[in-house]
Order: sequence, then C-alpha cells, then structure tokens
Amino acid sequence: MTRPGRDENPDRLYTVTGGRSRSVAGAETFDLVTLVVSESAPVPGMQSEHAAILRICRFPTAVVELASDLGLPVSVVRILLGDLLVQGKITARHPRRAQTADALPDPDILKQVLVGLRNI
Amino acid sequence: MDSATSEANPVATADASARPPLLSTAAQGLKIVIVGGFGVGKTTMVRAVSDIRPLNTEETMTRAGEGVDDLWGVQGKTTTTIAFDFGRISLNDETVLYLFGAPGQERFWFLWDRLFAGTLGAVVLVDTRRLEDCWYAIDRLEAHGTPFIVARNDFGGPRHTAEQVREALDLPDDVPLVECDARSRESSKEVLLALVHHLYDISTARLESTP
Repeated sequence: MTRPGRDENPDRLYTVTGGRSRSVAGAETFDLVTLVVSESAPVPGMQSEHAAILRICRFPTAVVELASDLGLPVSVVRILLGDLLVQGKITARHPRRAQTADALPDPDILKQVLVGLRNI
Repeated sequence: MDSATSEANPVATADASARPPLLSTAAQGLKIVIVGGFGVGKTTMVRAVSDIRPLNTEETMTRAGEGVDDLWGVQGKTTTTIAFDFGRISLNDETVLYLFGAPGQERFWFLWDRLFAGTLGAVVLVDTRRLEDCWYAIDRLEAHGTPFIVARNDFGGPRHTAEQVREALDLPDDVPLVECDARSRESSKEVLLALVHHLYDISTARLESTP
C-alpha cells in the first residue's frame, strides 16, 4: 500500500504524540469502551488534544467516542490518554475482563444486557 | 510543536456536545460487533437501536513483520486502516452497550484483537443475494472463538429457506439464524436479544459442565 491518505496523515499523528508510537505505561490497557472521566480542568499551555479530552470527559466518555470526536486513530488516542493518566488528570473505568482467553461472558452481565435491551 | 498542531488542526469537539452525555454513574462498557459486507445494512442496524446518531472512527496499524507495530508510514511497511461505525445503548445507570458496525473484509481481521478483544459476541449480517460476502467473516469468528449469530437482512429478493441459507454458509446447527429488517428498531432489537440469549445459553452450559 502507498502513503496513507487524508485522515491518517503521519505527520499530524507524529506531531500529536511527539513521535511516540508506543506509549507510556498503561496505554494498552485502554479498551475501546473504557470510560474516561476528567479529574481536572484544562490549563493554558496544555497540548490542544489533551485539553480537548479533559473537556469532553467531564462526563464519562468511551475511548472510541474520543477517537471519533478528535478525528484521530484509536491507537493515538490511547497514547494521549496514557499521558493524562500518568499525570493523574483522568481516571479510567475499564470493562470487566474475562478470566481466560476463551471465557464466555459472565451470565450475570448477560442478564443485565437482556433486561436493558428489553426496555429500550 | 504543540502550537503548530493547534493552529493547523483545531480540535473539533462539536460532536461531543451534540450528543447526550452518559450518566456520571456509567462504569461498565460492553461491546457487540455487527459484521457484514459492504451495503448489507450494518450502519442501518446500529442507527435503528442506538441512543446516539452513529459515529465513525478509524484505527491504523503499520506492520513490518512479526512483533513490529508502529503508527508511522515507514518505507517497506504495510499500513492497514479500518474505518468503523458505532452507536451506544445505555442499559442502566452503570452499563453502556456499544455496538460496532465492522467491515468483514480480509484486512479488517488484523485489527480484530486490538479493537474487539473482550466483545460479548457478534452478529453476522447477511444479504442472501450475496451470501459469499460473509463466508470469510464466519470463518474468522470461528477461528477467534467469538460466539455469533447470523441475521438475514430482508432485501425483498428471492426467498431462500433457512435450510438453504444454512447449507450455503455451512453453518453449525447450534448457531442461530434469524430474519430481520435492519431499518426497524424492534426488529434490530430482536436480533440483539437473540444474540444475547444465545450467549447466555452457551455460557451457562459451559458453567454447568465445569464443576
């Protein structure tokens, strides 16, 4: 494949993350549906993407929603979230994980989903 | 560097304010993936049941052989970009179900683990006029051990019996096959309920068989 097109301009992604393609510790733990909550307000001089995340996450917001709002690939958003997590500026509500690789979902969670879906 | 980024790419947050925020008590995100070929109605189904207008995002991955994985386009590497839609349903004060409409084509599966590890299960949405579009998706879901059901979206074409569809897809007997109209909220909701019932059945069966 040739050079990526419009929304995946590597120069922009490079700038946003300061050239890091692997993150600070913890970024890989951000699931698409990890809910992120701001613990502090943006401050002047902060990188614009960091500030935007803190504004959006005044209410719990999933990683995938942030990626959509910021117009950035999910993996770039994970790196930015790793920065903010290390600085204590956000907290993350991770999905409960299955215990083993082929473990099926917890029946109690599935019951909740059935009840919730019937009510929509 | 930072200020240059800000000027060149003002960060758009309009969408965030245009959709209703989650409750502050929201604590648990869940995933269901709707997989299917182009034009089969994945986004239509997401829209039919979602609390929010479907959003779109993408993931990029660059591969240069085993174990290597970074984001920047470097010569000799292969960049894979996958765009996908999603919506969400707040199930109760704490639990939010995210629905992803994902393309079934081959390159998508390189990103499956990164994006959809831990997903509850999948709906394979099929158009009976183009059944072959979902062969690969079914194959990959089986390989990943992701439980799924098949939903046949009614495009009003020639009718096939369930047996004919099962045979064409080589679908195991224990995988449910349901009919739907992806434009309908009720019908799409029934598809999700059928999937979750199926998941419930197999997870309780597994629990009973392991003392």
